[in-house]
Amino acid sequence: MTGLFEESFAGTHARTPHDPDERGHFGPWGGRYMPEALIAAIDELSAEYDKAREDSEFNAELARLLRDYAGRPSLLSEAPRFSEHAGGARILLKREDLNHTGSHKINNVLGQALLTKRMGKKRVIAETGAGQHGVATATACALLGLDCVVYMGEVDTQRQALNVARMRLLGAEVIPVTSGSRTLKDAINEALRDWVANVDHTHYLLGTAAGPHPFPVMVRNFHKIIGIEARAQVLAMTGKLPDAVAACVGGGSNAIGIFHGFIDDPSVRLVGLEPGGDGVETGRHGATLSVGTAGILHGSKSYLLQDEDGQTVESHSISAGLDYPSVGAEHSFLKDAGRAEYRAVTDAEAMDAFQLLSRTEGIIPAIESAHALAGALVLGKELGPDAVIVVNLSGRGDKDVDTAARYFGMLGDDK
Amino acid sequence: MSVADVFAKAKAEDRAALIGYLPAGFPTVDGGKATLKAMVEAGCDLVEVGLPYSDPVMDGPTIQAAADEALANGFKIKHLLETVQTISDAGATAVVMTYWNPVFAYGVERFARDLAAAGGHGLITPDLVPDEAADWIAAATEHSLDRIFLVAPSSTEERIAMTTAQSSGFVYATSIMGVTGARDAVSSAAPEIVARTRKHTDLPIGVGLGVRSGVQAAEVAGYADGVIVGSAFVSAARESEAAVRKLTEELAAGVRGQVPATA
Repeated sequence: MTGLFEESFAGTHARTPHDPDERGHFGPWGGRYMPEALIAAIDELSAEYDKAREDSEFNAELARLLRDYAGRPSLLSEAPRFSEHAGGARILLKREDLNHTGSHKINNVLGQALLTKRMGKKRVIAETGAGQHGVATATACALLGLDCVVYMGEVDTQRQALNVARMRLLGAEVIPVTSGSRTLKDAINEALRDWVANVDHTHYLLGTAAGPHPFPVMVRNFHKIIGIEARAQVLAMTGKLPDAVAACVGGGSNAIGIFHGFIDDPSVRLVGLEPGGDGVETGRHGATLSVGTAGILHGSKSYLLQDEDGQTVESHSISAGLDYPSVGAEHSFLKDAGRAEYRAVTDAEAMDAFQLLSRTEGIIPAIESAHALAGALVLGKELGPDAVIVVNLSGRGDKDVDTAARYFGMLGDDK
Repeated sequence: MSVADVFAKAKAEDRAALIGYLPAGFPTVDGGKATLKAMVEAGCDLVEVGLPYSDPVMDGPTIQAAADEALANGFKIKHLLETVQTISDAGATAVVMTYWNPVFAYGVERFARDLAAAGGHGLITPDLVPDEAADWIAAATEHSLDRIFLVAPSSTEERIAMTTAQSSGFVYATSIMGVTGARDAVSSAAPEIVARTRKHTDLPIGVGLGVRSGVQAAEVAGYADGVIVGSAFVSAARESEAAVRKLTEELAAGVRGQVPATA
C-alpha cells in the first residue's frame, strides 16, 4: 500500500540542484572548518551517507521506522479559532508535535542512528538544548541498542528538567556542561571534545542542520519529509499552494526541512522566525540571521553573533532550543539569495502565541514552535483573509509547562 | 631567526627544539608578556602565542580556563599583536596559535599584515585544514608567514601528503586523538604519526598534546624535531614565574636527552 508518507518519502534523499558542493559549500557558506583529527570521521560519514541515500535497503528500513515507530505521516491540521487572531488568514499546522517523542527531531535521529549501525559504531553522543533532540536520540539508541551520552548546558538542564529525567529513563547518560554560557553552544563544544577522543567507536549525532559537511545537507534531507508531506496535504486540503510557510529557526533543522518541500515553488514565501529574546535592540537575543555577521562556529561558515574580534556573543532566548548564536549554513545562503526571509520574535510575542494556541485550539506548543506561531499571526495580518499559511508546529510543549507556568504566574506558590 | 632556522639550529646541536605555548593576555596582558619572556630566557626555542577564544573546542580544561580568564580581563586581538611585538623585540621567534574565526573576523589579509609587522613568523591553525585555507595561504605567501597545519593519528596518507605540501616552517603532529592537556604518558600513536608524516615531507615535525615533563620531552625528542608543551606552561604560570622557569629548564634539558636520574 502506498500513501502520503510513502510517496513523500521517496523524494527525500534524491540529489537536487539545491545540494551543496562536495565539500559542503552553499555558495560562500558552510564547508568543513574542523580539526584534522576529525576529518577522517566526517569523510567516513559523508561516504556512508552517500551510499545509504541510494541504498534501497537503508531507505526501506528508515521508511519503516518513520511510519511504524515515529508515526508518520504527521497531520496537517486546521486551526480556525487561532486563525481568527491572524487577520482571518487560514493557518494550517504541520503537526510534528504528534511524532513519537514529541517533535520533528525523530526524523533525523532515526536516520543517523541507522547510519551509526552501518558504520559499525556502538556509541552515540549528542548535544541538546531544550532536550527534544536529546530525548529523540536517547529513544533511537534504546530502540537500536546503542550507548548514548547527551551533553546539555547546565542552564538548560535546569530549565528543561523533565527532559533530563526522560533521557535518563531511556538509558542515556546526561552530562551537564558547565563551561562558557552553559547552553546549547557549549554543549556542542563539549560533544566535539568527546568526539575527537572517541571517534573510532563513536558517532556524533548532531541534532541540527548546522556543523561541518555533511551534517547540513544530511540533516536537511532527513527532515525534507516534513515539507514534502505538507505540500501534498495543503494541495489536497485547499486546492492550491500556500502563500507562506513559517517555521522557527535556532540551528534551523525543522525550518530547512519544511522549506524544502516548497523551495521550487517561487510563489510560496518561506519565513523563518528567530528568537528575538528581550528584543533585538537590547542585545539579549539569538537573532543570528537578522543581525549577525559572517563567521565560523562549530565547523561551518554562516551568520554568527560575534564581536569585532570574532569572539562568540552569547545568545539569549526563553526557548532553550533556539538559544544558539549561529545557524545552519543553508539558511545563510537562502537569506542572501532572497529565497527565504527571517524575522525576529521576542520572548513576549512567542509566549503570547503559546498561550493563544493552547486556549484556542487545545494544543500546547513547544516554546520553539510558538515563535513560528507568533510570526504567522503577523504574516496573516499582512497577507489578508484569503491567505493560507502553513506553520511548522515542530514540537509539543509538555517540556515547557514549568517555564510557561512560571512565566504566566500560574504556579500555586507564585500567588 | 626564522622558524626554519630555529629547527636547523636545534638539529645542528643534535637535539629537538622546545616549543612553548601560552595564551596572550593570561592572566593579564603584561603578565602574559612577562611569562613568555621568561619561557624564552629559560630555554624555549620557539613560542606559540595563543589567541584566547570563546569556543576552544580542541582544548581541555586547563587552556579553556586560561582563555576564559584572559577574555574576562578584557583581552583583544590588539593585545595579541602587542605581545608578539614585545617578545619579538626581545629577540625571540614567535608564531601564533589560533582558532580560525578571530582571524576571519579581523580580516585574513589584515591579520597577516599586522602579524608580520609585529615580528610574528606564522600561524598554527587547529581548526583550519588546508582545504578551506585558500585565503590564508595567499596572505601567508604575500607576507612571508609560515603556515603550520596539523596532522593527526587519524589522517589518511592522502591527507598527510596534501597537508604537508601546504605547510611551511614545521608540521604540527598531534600525538593523540583528543584535546589539549597534560597527561601522564605520551601516546604510543605519536611515533607512528611522526614516521608516517616523515615519508611525505622534509619539513621539521613538532609533536604536541600531552607533554608535561622532562622525561616525556626526552622521549618525544627521540623521534620528533620539536617538542610542544602547552597546558603544563599554563599550570606553571598560575603558580609563579619561578615555576615557569623551572619547567622550561627541565624541558630544555629533556629535549637535549638529559633526564634527571631520579625520574
